[in-house]
Amino acid sequence: MEKKQQLHRQVVMMRQSLFDQGYVDDQFVQLEELQDDTNPNFVEEIVTLYYRDSARLISSIEQALERSPLDFDKLDNLMHQFRGSSSSIGARKVKAECTQFGEHCVGGNGEGCMRSFQRMKREYSALRKKLEAYFQVARQAGPMDTASRSN
Amino acid sequence: MRGELNLSCGKVSLLASTSSCAWKSAEMVPDWFPAGLRVLVVDDDPTCLMILEKMLKTCQYEVTTCNRAEIALSSLRNNRNGFDVVLSDVHMPDMDGFKLLEYIGLEMDLPVIMMSVDDGKHVVMKGVTHGACDFLIKPIRIEALKNIWQHVVRKRKNEWKELEQSGSAEDGDQLPKHSEDVDYSSTANEGTWKNVKRRKDEDEDGEERDDTSTLKKPRVVWSVELHQQFVVAVNQLGIDKAFPKKILELMNVPGLTRENVASHLQKYRLYLRRLSGVSQHPAGVGNPFLSPQEAAFGPISSLNGLDLQALVASGQLSTQSLAFQASRFGRSSPKSGISVSVLDQRSMFSFDNSNLRFGEMQQSQQNPNSNKQTNLLHGIPTNMEPKQLATLQQSAKPFSSFNVQVVVSQGAPSNGSLIQITQPQLRGQKLGESSTSHVPRLPANVSQSALQSQVAGEVMLRNGMTENGRGLGQNHPPQTSLAASYSGATPWKSL
Repeated sequence: MEKKQQLHRQVVMMRQSLFDQGYVDDQFVQLEELQDDTNPNFVEEIVTLYYRDSARLISSIEQALERSPLDFDKLDNLMHQFRGSSSSIGARKVKAECTQFGEHCVGGNGEGCMRSFQRMKREYSALRKKLEAYFQVARQAGPMDTASRSN
Repeated sequence: MRGELNLSCGKVSLLASTSSCAWKSAEMVPDWFPAGLRVLVVDDDPTCLMILEKMLKTCQYEVTTCNRAEIALSSLRNNRNGFDVVLSDVHMPDMDGFKLLEYIGLEMDLPVIMMSVDDGKHVVMKGVTHGACDFLIKPIRIEALKNIWQHVVRKRKNEWKELEQSGSAEDGDQLPKHSEDVDYSSTANEGTWKNVKRRKDEDEDGEERDDTSTLKKPRVVWSVELHQQFVVAVNQLGIDKAFPKKILELMNVPGLTRENVASHLQKYRLYLRRLSGVSQHPAGVGNPFLSPQEAAFGPISSLNGLDLQALVASGQLSTQSLAFQASRFGRSSPKSGISVSVLDQRSMFSFDNSNLRFGEMQQSQQNPNSNKQTNLLHGIPTNMEPKQLATLQQSAKPFSSFNVQVVVSQGAPSNGSLIQITQPQLRGQKLGESSTSHVPRLPANVSQSALQSQVAGEVMLRNGMTENGRGLGQNHPPQTSLAASYSGATPWKSL
């Protein structure tokens, strides 16, 4: 029982830091609120889906960035997609980098795109790590009541 | 059964009990409302799609997801009354969301809500100009989705208002009529989700009634054959001289009122206007079957016919939807500014093929592989001669081979174009490559009997087109067979 409580506390803390450190925004809460008995692992499922899809997008962007000359339209398109899915899970920092990237595309700034892309990848990795750790503990802790989930 | 709602979802059966009274007064909104609202979500992003699905389900809506615009479109075409509202992303790889919006607006006139992570003014403006009834910025919150039902209700309210206005001019010839064919319960059900746009079933024989004894004036159902008669009359009079009273006289349809004709004429005019913005064809192309006016509009509408036949892949369409659509071609002024480009029309052909791919379509309401050999003849474009149509029908291979070939022969006398649609490789691109005109015309010398022998039962001409082979130009009485036997129709209006 002690262990359970500890775990629960840990989950709460980890969750809070996700928000405090700006990894996720309110949209993440929207996902959490969708989680119910019929979909008890909804958030994790969505995030997993996001990983899969974004891996594909990131690789496409990488390939596109290797082209010369750069096809800014294509890049913008790809990044737009990535921005959409990132925002849908509430990935705040990743989304911000996507927006930045998009601006570079519009400006035809290849250098800017490259830099932005690198930053975006870093944020994405960081987010993934955080979320994976969080879900792991959450699974261990087991179901928590909503009262303990405060934003 | 007449007026009965073909409800595919148990939940929706609740809706059937709503009376039109309740809908008329805003105060009396039923408790269960808007549960069961049938939403079609189109988004290529799997993450977004899944989230939206969950959100909509939480709102108690009936959700169908789709990750390809083409599939969504063909699904809509095959099941015109199957959805109440469409949610679509703007940026999609296979089709621009605004394009999809246009199609839906023209063909089904469903409320469409656009979504995008892009919140730029010009994007939102584009939504407005293309006729979206709302624009949601991603990420979408569930609160934003809770209220999408308002767009459905609003649209229908406006439609009723339209009806009332057009029908209220004179009430001299509006006598309360009873008819076996008009089911009062259907008007009572008009307020429900499915039935506001749903019309009667196969039993309808094309005779419409305008009944003033119910609270709500039932919409006159402009079935295909009725519309044909209308068009014939209009063409006979000449579009400029076609006045409702004269048209009514020529049509000689018992129970039809001048007001019905007047409002239908209004819509028809809008429709023609829209078409003429698209048509690149000179009028009077030399097809003896078409009158000069018909020729001007013939290309487009005959394209519709092709489109329709090609598109019928599942037997799930109802006469009601056909008839309903027949009455809706001219609808929606917001969209009147849109010209559907020729290429787009042709590219529409490609969509019929995609509807056979149901892998991407979840909770699909279709019955994909049954009834494939049905009634290609429905959705007769108004200006196309039945003979021509029969020809078209008969050249289509049975669907069982999933090979929808609608070959419109290219004839010297008329400017025909060969449009061959095979599934699924021949997509919009191929069609786009066709340098010939967009007009699928039939050469005058194609004889119906010759073609008939080709098909020989491969394609069921259930709507009795062969009977109509005598051709238009006569005011023959409404054909029962047309509407009656049709179990799945894409409306002829499919621009």
